[in-house]
Amino acid sequence: MAEYDPQTARAQVAMAGARGVTAEVLSNQPRKDVIRNTIFASLLFLAIAIALAGLCLLIGKNLVDGWSRLNLDLITQNNSSIPENAGLRNAIIGTLWIMAFVILMLVPIGVGTAIFLEEYGNRKSRITRLIELNIQNLAGVPSIIYGLLGLAFIARSPLNLGYVILTASLTLTLLVLPVVILASREAIRAVPPSIREGSLALGATKWQTIRRQVLPASIPGIATGVILAISRAIGETAPLIPLGAATFVTFTPGPTTDFTAMPVVIFNWVKQSQPEFQTLAAAGVLLLIALLIVMNSFAIWLRNRYEQTW
Amino acid sequence: MEARGLEATSPAALPRRLEAPSPRYGEKVIYGLFAACATLSVLTTTAIVISLVVPSIQFFGDVPIGDFLFGTDWGPSFQPPSFGVLPIVVGTLSVTFWGLIFAIPIGLGSAIYLSEYASPRLRKIVKPILEILAGVPTIAFGFFALIFITPQIQKIWPGHFLGGPPLIFSVLAGGLAIGLMIVPIIASISEDAMSAVPSGLREGAYALGATRAKIATKVVFPAALSGIVASVILAISRAIGETMVVLIAVGSTPNLTFSPVQSVQAMTAFIGTTATGDIPTGSTIYKTIFAVALLLFLMTLLMNLLSIRLVRKYRQVYE
Amino acid sequence: MILRKSILAASCCGVLAIGVAACGGSSDDESSASGGGSDVSGLSGSIRVDGSSTVGPLTQAVAEQFSGSNPDVDVTVGQAGTGGGFEKFCVGETAINDASREIEPEEAAICKKNNIPYEGLQVANDALTVVVNPNNPNTCLSVEQLASIWGPDNPASSWSDVEGTDSSFSADIERFGPGTTSGTFDYFTDAINGEEGVQTKDYNNVGENDNQTVTGVEGSEGGIGYFGFSYYEENASQLKALEIKNPDTGKCVAPSEETVRDGSYAPLGRPLFMYPNTDDAAKDPVKGFLTYYLDNVNDIAPSVGFITLTDEQLKKSQDTLASMTG
Repeated sequence: MAEYDPQTARAQVAMAGARGVTAEVLSNQPRKDVIRNTIFASLLFLAIAIALAGLCLLIGKNLVDGWSRLNLDLITQNNSSIPENAGLRNAIIGTLWIMAFVILMLVPIGVGTAIFLEEYGNRKSRITRLIELNIQNLAGVPSIIYGLLGLAFIARSPLNLGYVILTASLTLTLLVLPVVILASREAIRAVPPSIREGSLALGATKWQTIRRQVLPASIPGIATGVILAISRAIGETAPLIPLGAATFVTFTPGPTTDFTAMPVVIFNWVKQSQPEFQTLAAAGVLLLIALLIVMNSFAIWLRNRYEQTW
Repeated sequence: MEARGLEATSPAALPRRLEAPSPRYGEKVIYGLFAACATLSVLTTTAIVISLVVPSIQFFGDVPIGDFLFGTDWGPSFQPPSFGVLPIVVGTLSVTFWGLIFAIPIGLGSAIYLSEYASPRLRKIVKPILEILAGVPTIAFGFFALIFITPQIQKIWPGHFLGGPPLIFSVLAGGLAIGLMIVPIIASISEDAMSAVPSGLREGAYALGATRAKIATKVVFPAALSGIVASVILAISRAIGETMVVLIAVGSTPNLTFSPVQSVQAMTAFIGTTATGDIPTGSTIYKTIFAVALLLFLMTLLMNLLSIRLVRKYRQVYE
Repeated sequence: MILRKSILAASCCGVLAIGVAACGGSSDDESSASGGGSDVSGLSGSIRVDGSSTVGPLTQAVAEQFSGSNPDVDVTVGQAGTGGGFEKFCVGETAINDASREIEPEEAAICKKNNIPYEGLQVANDALTVVVNPNNPNTCLSVEQLASIWGPDNPASSWSDVEGTDSSFSADIERFGPGTTSGTFDYFTDAINGEEGVQTKDYNNVGENDNQTVTGVEGSEGGIGYFGFSYYEENASQLKALEIKNPDTGKCVAPSEETVRDGSYAPLGRPLFMYPNTDDAAKDPVKGFLTYYLDNVNDIAPSVGFITLTDEQLKKSQDTLASMTG
């Protein structure tokens, strides 16, 4: 619990509030307050109820609409022009390939940046603050702008990768990097200085300390961050649009082929003329939501289970 | 042995150097690697800025910036083309506005309830559900707006009121979906801010006989205000940058209107519709996309900087 | 806590199952390719097709069947739009461009500049259908009447303003149409308003989602919209397709397979094309794909809502292909 400093602006505001409360209470207000308070509490509860109802409606409506296509076919069939034969199989594999590369790039770069900022960075130095500010801004940039970035620099010159899976992975990595950096920093920061100092005192180098003491202790927090980042990246459609994600391929995507991804295929289904594709889209959306719920729950469980108290 | 130990610790006999015996090149290499990782973020920002600014400068060579910023006719692919960006800016802001009308009461209400009223058991149920809501992909919200919210609005809306009757696309449908999407942002950050208010303040007010409602509104809420405002600004920034919901449910008609039930086009929707796949690098449409993207980037940048300053201000109080 | 753990365990098993099923499901999609012949030919390689979102579904359907009998050929079908597709095609990024209109002189010039040789092959026909709300009593419109509704200057705002229409019907006109990057938009504006890209801006732009035109016209008394025939076919019970007065014969013609094939549904009967890169078309796998395409397109087209080629049109395309492949 933080120390209470009476001089801060916050404290003064709070004290003014407390004073006002006292004045009101001591001035003998009638007991109609009880009614007012009950109404107030109910309104607040209503707010939560509406939020929950929104979520239930979202999942429920998709469930009702997509029910007939919620079977194994959704996963084992490739995309097709004929709705009965259409499924998400090559889209799922495309998404998996994209995520594989994202993880490969995300972990070293994200953790590396976090280590730099926490271990080697000087709090006051301008460079550290510049990097921190950059990361915080990048976290708020709209996702479609990352798509344009990928189009301008990754698909075209100077990287000239074309419109393949690697391009999509690079773009998505840049998009979710701030999430991993933030989570890793928190995890690294949670390791008490005494651990580091003890290690250094025993003659270990800085890198040895990081590698053997700090990192192993922060792995659960880092893993949580990576999983949250991946779950964000899986659901993103907007950055893939300028990168020309194909909506239809006859083959199973691989690292250097044209790519397709789940959200893009689902988006395309919404636009088809046959009403059966709307059912498919609903089923696809449910699959995405289910996937994300699983990943988020896993991340939270990981955090709760392995959280270390020092 | 002992004698040697004593010798070593006596101040006069300390010729040892305290640097490392070897130059530790490995450490320097490692440091360099990490520094390189960190500079990637700066590189990314630079790349974004360059990729947006260069075509925009070319764009403003063709189209006067005054026409762009203040013109009210948006039709870059019509013959003859017109480049007044106001309709799509107003479109974005309208959708955001309606999103906030929904999200602020719901989000703040939830936050206050969770931090002041809820039992630990209720918190255990509600917090994960809010986290699930936060994790739902945006295309799901867009689809939901299309298949559920829009038909409901059509059923409920009284005829020609405020520019109705609502057709297949409406600002309100997108706004409500985006509102639902940003509720977790407002709720969780505000709740964090409210929980951080020292319980001593609450306890003191209770001791004086204040009711929970009074404490929530007069003690906790003002104390957490900067965190709450930061959460709202962050939510605004997220709503402005949202693409899929507006693309699916709000439409592609650049209509300069404040009516909630008409079809408008948001900036992100324009970019999403036009930048599909390949556009030749030099064409006017390419430059237009990037000019709009630059405007979008500046808007969200402003919001983010504002929110960062506010968060820093409220964090400083406790550190 | 226990509840949470069991949900977590169940969901982990679910994710694992999805992954295994997806990766292992390859044997199933052989059975979905019907009628394409089961002999595995020796063709291999990759083909990239892009272009019109109208023709796209047809190419996809053909590619699907083709890959059933030619599993070593990777076909990618994108739908960046006719114009967007040409931009990719004329820099050599795609082997074939789907097009819902003929190549424009500007596009042809770029292809020439980049040494991309091409030929146009007609692969199907389509009826650009104009639909109105079922309660609309009008049954036939002429090009002039359509131009007064969709033209850029002073378009009619209610049905009673349109000359020659049923005077009992005076609902406000509500226009629905595709975005400006669509080949359908290009074709319609060219046929009705005389020039591509020229149209009133006062309409509900449904972007790429023609389903919205269906919903919009269905829900709006005075609604009017246009799209490809497949969108009408799928929703015929909810909409009314207008007959178009043929400018030459003066007769009102409804859109249908017959009227498009015999040319009487004018000017909105449109040919759909593929533009292969001639160099690529001379060799496999593109050669094999195109041959297969033309051999089978008349069987496949109706199942995805397209109108087949007449024997004459098919022969012409096959002759053009033969001249490309040498």
